[in-house]
Amino acid sequence: MKRSVWFSLCLVLALMLSACGGAATPAPAEPVSAPAEPEEMAQEVEVFSWWTAGGEADGLAAMIDVFAETDPDITFNNAAIAGGAGTNARAVLATRLSAGEPPDSWQGHAGQELIGTYVAAGQIQPLNDLYEQNGWLDVMPETLIPLISDGGNIYSVPVNIHRANVMWYNPAVLSANGVAVPTSWEEFFAAADTLQGAGVTPLAMGEQWTSMHLFETVLLGTLGVDGYNALWDGTGDWASPEVAAAIEGFGKALAYTNSDASTLSWDQAAQLVADGDAAFTIMGDWAEGFFKSLELTPMEGFGWAPAPGSTGVFQFLSDSFVLPEGVPHPEAATAWLTVAGSKEGQEAFNPIKGSICARTDCDRTLFDEYLQSAMNDWSSNTVVGSLTHGVVANDNWKSQIDTALGLYLADGDGAALQSALVEACSAAGPCS
Amino acid sequence: MRSDKDRLLSFALVSPSILAIAIFVYGFIGWSARVSLSTWQGLLPDYTWAGLKNYLELFQDRRFQIDIRNTVVFTVLFLVACLVIGLILAVLLDQRLRGEDLFRGIYLFPMSVSFIVTGVAWRWLMNPATGARTSGLNLLFERLGLDFLVNSWHTTTPPWGIAFIVIPAVWQMSGFTMALYLAGLRGIPEEIQEAATVDGASGLQIFRHISLPMLKPVTLSAVIILGHISLKVFDLIVAISGKDIRLDVPSIYMWTTTFDANNFARGAAIGIIMLLSVTILVVPYLNYSMRSEAEV
Repeated sequence: MKRSVWFSLCLVLALMLSACGGAATPAPAEPVSAPAEPEEMAQEVEVFSWWTAGGEADGLAAMIDVFAETDPDITFNNAAIAGGAGTNARAVLATRLSAGEPPDSWQGHAGQELIGTYVAAGQIQPLNDLYEQNGWLDVMPETLIPLISDGGNIYSVPVNIHRANVMWYNPAVLSANGVAVPTSWEEFFAAADTLQGAGVTPLAMGEQWTSMHLFETVLLGTLGVDGYNALWDGTGDWASPEVAAAIEGFGKALAYTNSDASTLSWDQAAQLVADGDAAFTIMGDWAEGFFKSLELTPMEGFGWAPAPGSTGVFQFLSDSFVLPEGVPHPEAATAWLTVAGSKEGQEAFNPIKGSICARTDCDRTLFDEYLQSAMNDWSSNTVVGSLTHGVVANDNWKSQIDTALGLYLADGDGAALQSALVEACSAAGPCS
Repeated sequence: MRSDKDRLLSFALVSPSILAIAIFVYGFIGWSARVSLSTWQGLLPDYTWAGLKNYLELFQDRRFQIDIRNTVVFTVLFLVACLVIGLILAVLLDQRLRGEDLFRGIYLFPMSVSFIVTGVAWRWLMNPATGARTSGLNLLFERLGLDFLVNSWHTTTPPWGIAFIVIPAVWQMSGFTMALYLAGLRGIPEEIQEAATVDGASGLQIFRHISLPMLKPVTLSAVIILGHISLKVFDLIVAISGKDIRLDVPSIYMWTTTFDANNFARGAAIGIIMLLSVTILVVPYLNYSMRSEAEV
């Protein structure tokens, strides 16, 4: 009896110790040593992303194949983490960074989402030298570079480009109602009145984030390139009458949307256009992949045009890779970034992912009809950044704008929205 | 001597969980409280003292005011509906009717589903689309000629949108409340009821003056259990409406503030406020149950 008591005590103690041991000392997955001499280093590169499914994962695999050809002696360690559109991956990344164990490179939305989070915390290195060595400045749009830089330093290598300011439409619905594709918001509202009179929902919209997507295109279409850019670099005035006009236009556009918007995802909203229940939807060009999955013919089953008022402007977002401070394998990481920015790497990734190259010299024949038109615009248009997708505002600022827009959706108070936008810019943005 | 040893042993046996709870529950509560008094924004911890700044800002925040209003509306309606429906079901089942087991199972089943699943199913049922795309319950009402019941559900103008989220929550939890009440009803000694019958009390009088008072402890437990669920509700709302601010509650605001905006200090402040609101609910219960335990 006595013995069994002691035995169970020991068992409990052992459990306790193992539990504590497990919690207190996370065993390092790999020895993290200070970067030693290049020849002593393990030839390995650990790349962190949330590309775990669909075209993204396949595109990454294709790019890894290119990497295996250019750098055969470096082992590629794909540290992709699934779930939550990157939320899970970013949480793991934050934990590793605060423990001082960065991967060799990680994926992030190019622009302020990366800069506001990682540059502000001193976690990533500028890549100006890499850009010069590889001549990337000559093959990427001139207006792109300032948007992915901070204080003259470029901080990431964009792999793919998506366009945010695309208006998708149902050509059959437009022609049946005698409506031409609108190029300004005035034309859009006129067309919308006609369509509404005919019992068609003019504009399909989804849950709250898609209304931010709509808002940024209305801002761009109303203020123009310079006015739009000025809002994000702190030189513009959020209290201006132009912003008030944009808010008014946004409110007007919302009045033409489907009543169940808040319960639909972006693709369910696009479905309304595909089915002819709605005429237009404003969504990024990943919607093209959705329309193609419905086996619709371009320009017959679905059509596209720049969002009203933004012809000649390419509002972009991009996935990009970075070089961390204290990178464990600097040479291998640089080799990976070189492939990520190369013509071969981008040509392998993008046709599969359904996006275009950040470079302007990719082979057009690899891409479909829509993507070819996007490539034309990418190399000829003025490039501005997207708000919803992390280019122009840091996470905190964006989240405050999201709250302000959500409140506006609830109460329709435009003046309150504008003052909340002014406040957000000074609380979390560059205004002071 | 013997009992000392037993006491030592029992302490040793529970000490691992005491230690784990001390660290992983109370330790982290303390840490969250500390973070909520800091200026931590962004990736790396920043424990600069900010005092109550985060709390003061929150109470002036329009979104947080909506959160509080929504939580109050949700909690009150949810509690009242669950208690009333649960009690009625329990009383009906207590009539020793045939097939009681079957009904008990049917009413309890929704509880075995997670709020996410409930949310997705009710998102379809409570579809507010109009015209040719009408579906879910609205379509059913239309077909049955009950047009006056057709409504826009949770997209109704605030603050009543949140009231419709109560429907799936009640669907899920009223069976559980029924089970609690049923156990309570079965625990009432039959002698008392028989004595009352002999004294000429009617069924209603017995229920009003014997059953209800004796069910008080059950009601209290139910209020605590349901109350802390409703103060922390997150998954049900996210599954039905995403992160729509019209249906925002503190837990959703906590999530977006902390993980979307990297504003850890303010997120921690929201978390602490939620903890305090649950504490206000639970402490009287603990008090009560300790007192009644001492009486036994």
